Amino acid sequence: MSRRVAITGIGAITPLGVGTDALIDRWSAGESGIEEGLGACADFDPEEFLTRKETRRADRFTQFALVACQEAIEQAGWKDGPPVDAGRVGCIIGTGIGGIGTIETQDEALRERGADAVSPLAVPLLMANAASGVVAMSHGLKGQCYGTVSACAAGAHAIGAGMRMVQYGDAEACIVGGAEAGLTPLAKAAFANMGATSESGISRPFDARRDGFIMGEGAGALVLEPEEAAKERGAEVLGYLTGYGATADAHHLTAPETSGDGASRAIEAALADAGLSPDEIDYVNAHGTSTPLNDASETRALKSALGKRAGELPISSLKSVTGHLLGAAGAVEAAATVLCLQRGVAPPTVGWEERDEDCDLDYVPEGARSLEADGRPLRAISNSFGFGGHNAVLCLEAA
Amino acid sequence: MAAATKEQIEERMTEALVSFGAERDDVKRDADWESLDVDSLDLVELAQIVEEEYGVKMKEEDMKEMKTVGDAVDFVAERADQ
Repeated sequence: MSRRVAITGIGAITPLGVGTDALIDRWSAGESGIEEGLGACADFDPEEFLTRKETRRADRFTQFALVACQEAIEQAGWKDGPPVDAGRVGCIIGTGIGGIGTIETQDEALRERGADAVSPLAVPLLMANAASGVVAMSHGLKGQCYGTVSACAAGAHAIGAGMRMVQYGDAEACIVGGAEAGLTPLAKAAFANMGATSESGISRPFDARRDGFIMGEGAGALVLEPEEAAKERGAEVLGYLTGYGATADAHHLTAPETSGDGASRAIEAALADAGLSPDEIDYVNAHGTSTPLNDASETRALKSALGKRAGELPISSLKSVTGHLLGAAGAVEAAATVLCLQRGVAPPTVGWEERDEDCDLDYVPEGARSLEADGRPLRAISNSFGFGGHNAVLCLEAA
Repeated sequence: MAAATKEQIEERMTEALVSFGAERDDVKRDADWESLDVDSLDLVELAQIVEEEYGVKMKEEDMKEMKTVGDAVDFVAERADQ
């Protein structure tokens, strides 16, 4: 038997600020967190939220995860620990590249001062599963715990995996999310040299002039519980996770399949999982990276999976104001989508001005728009696609 | 390497332990590692600092014998002079 999955807590650290209010308020107002071509979490000070020891024993991506999860867990009312047997609470946090900042500083120590100078904390900080392990330790979560690694789809895969865990009774609750802190010299050079990032330094998803993504950093987190248990304990349900679909392109290391077939199949699978037809979807939170290839193939995928409905829906990309949060993107965008449904708003794709013949849908360029659903709950999909050909799509519903 | 006094060594080790997360007021000669929440990873880092600054090697078996801040300070002070 499959249980309905409620979202009872949301947390986010993004270039728009610390917390979910900064995320949805600023995005809805059309404000950008991108400065000098980077989506940095400039006002994030880990020691505001973490002890000196926690801060020191966590790479920046894990610090983001800890603080985003803290926000989500407090909102869920779990401040004094999980409301169910801790051995039945899972924790899954995705990342694209994990502790690359630690890898770089420790490599420098190795080269400059020799092998003896490499920190004993190097491995525990850099490992891609550190975020999930440390969050579990911090809150005493003793159920299934691991990281997902699927580049820019990692956050969405984490949420999908946690959803299944709760649906099928492998856990009574699960903390899910994604975290990334890749604004480091090596990562910046590597993405630039593969031609992925924007030379103009502007994130403009779906615009004809788009020339690559802007690198961003941050984390997003959700608390998932079975609806019945959440309601029984009097928790406020913020939204529902109703569908999950994931596929692979099996096509190219970095380029999406031009036709968008892999992405389209993931959207169809997510809708089928939720038992929804395209007409029952009110908003699309696009992957919309601002790369020439992604935005064209995502547009094709939406048209293929949603048919006529693709042209009637508002579709917008958070990356227009944060840049691309890589392994955190799927989690932050799912968090943002829940907030959009709660408030009944489709925030804009900021900076969209020039139509591209390959991107001919409604990307909400003019500013935030109200969402209406004729008395039924609002519903949306959130798309995430990653290098390696990973596609993961989530269906979300207003409470 | 200039010889360091025991006080200087104690001050440097205190500074290191505080940077690892211990409270300065708790770092006393008779404080044991557990009370300072200092674990094996912290001790390896402490050994790296001591070796780099005083040229004293603290091996794993040496560290097993050190139960308190004072034990570690004395160990380093005795060998830093040599």
